[in-house]
Amino acid sequence: MTPGRIVIAGASLAGLRTADSLRANGFTGELVLIGDEPHEPYDRPPLSKAVLAGRAGTDRLALPSTRDLNARWLLGVAATGLDLDTRAVRLADGREIGFDGLVIATGSRSRPWPVPGEAALRGVHLLRGRDDADRIRAGLAAGPRRVLVIGGGFTGSEVASSCRDLGLPVTVALRGGAPMTGALGEVVGAAIGARQRAHGIDLRARTTVTALHGDAEGRLRRVWLSDGDELDVDLAVVALGSVGNTEWLAGSGLAAGPRGVECDAAGGALDPGGAVVPGIYVAGDVARWRHPHFDAEPQALQHWGNAVEQAEVAAHNLTHRHRRTATTLPAFWSDQFGLNIKSVGLPHLADQVVLTQGSFGHGPFAAVYGRGGVTVGAIAVDSPRVMDGYAALITERAPFPPAVNATDSPATAVLGAGFGGAELSTVHGGQS
Amino acid sequence: MRVVVDLNRCQSYGQCVFAAPEVFRFRGAESLEYDHEPDAGSDRAVARAALACPVQAITLGGPAGAVPETAVAGAAVGEPR
Repeated sequence: MTPGRIVIAGASLAGLRTADSLRANGFTGELVLIGDEPHEPYDRPPLSKAVLAGRAGTDRLALPSTRDLNARWLLGVAATGLDLDTRAVRLADGREIGFDGLVIATGSRSRPWPVPGEAALRGVHLLRGRDDADRIRAGLAAGPRRVLVIGGGFTGSEVASSCRDLGLPVTVALRGGAPMTGALGEVVGAAIGARQRAHGIDLRARTTVTALHGDAEGRLRRVWLSDGDELDVDLAVVALGSVGNTEWLAGSGLAAGPRGVECDAAGGALDPGGAVVPGIYVAGDVARWRHPHFDAEPQALQHWGNAVEQAEVAAHNLTHRHRRTATTLPAFWSDQFGLNIKSVGLPHLADQVVLTQGSFGHGPFAAVYGRGGVTVGAIAVDSPRVMDGYAALITERAPFPPAVNATDSPATAVLGAGFGGAELSTVHGGQS
Repeated sequence: MRVVVDLNRCQSYGQCVFAAPEVFRFRGAESLEYDHEPDAGSDRAVARAALACPVQAITLGGPAGAVPETAVAGAAVGEPR
């Protein structure tokens, strides 16, 4: 395209990488980044881990730029509207920013606790941004009698792990039968749940929180659980998944809703009829799309690597005549309880799972997921160097169960994966 | 110097930990942690770590120049095109 103005709505990982890639692709026009947080782009994965455990400060997580971006940064001001006719973004302070190209990278936010009076209690937290992490960190440092984590997804599990690093008593209440079942299924989730319990987590499966009680000063003091138990709790982290930051696009003519903004594999934003809207791209957590490798419903892949690849694809397609598509297999990692967990492909599509290396009970293991006799995903615990091999099996749609023949292959049966057919609109970060 | 590691790509070979132990470290057997904004005194070691990474998972760079603009300073971009 000819140099003009490209506006990037969202100034986190996807927004920054889009800007970096646009310059790398030779874009010499005007670049404007809009971010609702007052902070420059920072890395979020450490928030639930090193930050909460007190090993890193939120003021030292800024993301690198690999070149001079020569960009204008409008930070601390949210995008509040999009006008496709005049091709302009409206801001919370009333300004309108015209654009020739637009990248939507406004991300997602934590789903709030549904009872407003309880959510407002001091000591009840969400975890999304660095300000949230600072508040939780201060609360943990004050020495709560017990921490309650509501939700057993990846965020909740990592928060619980950080609390154990600090020696704090932790209860995790989760609706499913095991932690992280939305992404890993019940078989693997139960294996990791057993290891969480071994680290001292009071893990309450199939348990919901029925009430959060505060004292006269409005401070959380006690919680009621659906299993009939009551606990003295001074700090709770609500980790019930996320919703896309798409309200600002309501009525804009784009296909946008709580589950994200629809786009194609080239990142091109779609209208409600499924047609590509020229010059408008979507990247990161807010992008809801159909990965070309998988026969699956469109979904938001809320992973670090997905944000990076979609940013690069959007930047390429804004600067080249021939459009590229995102093709890298979805992948994510988690570090918790001293374990490194890595996933590749889309395990949640699977109907079956098989342990291929190691043991569910202790030490490293790997498991492969299949649907209809085809390998669709894999997970490795403390075995990051086996992932490339499993990714190759997924890429070539290898038969399931695969013939792996590793020297540590156990002789185990193919098991039901335990996803329960639950509809999943987001992956990683969802409630289990 | 600013550092970010693609922890999907990272396979925990630990070459960065050998090259710049004051910046990169393992927690548990396979989980890498690192300082995103190490002190300038570590720049050479961090550059060596990035070069040594067998899977080239380490990205180095500088500040993004993200200086928040006030409404007044941003007025120049306020004109619709």
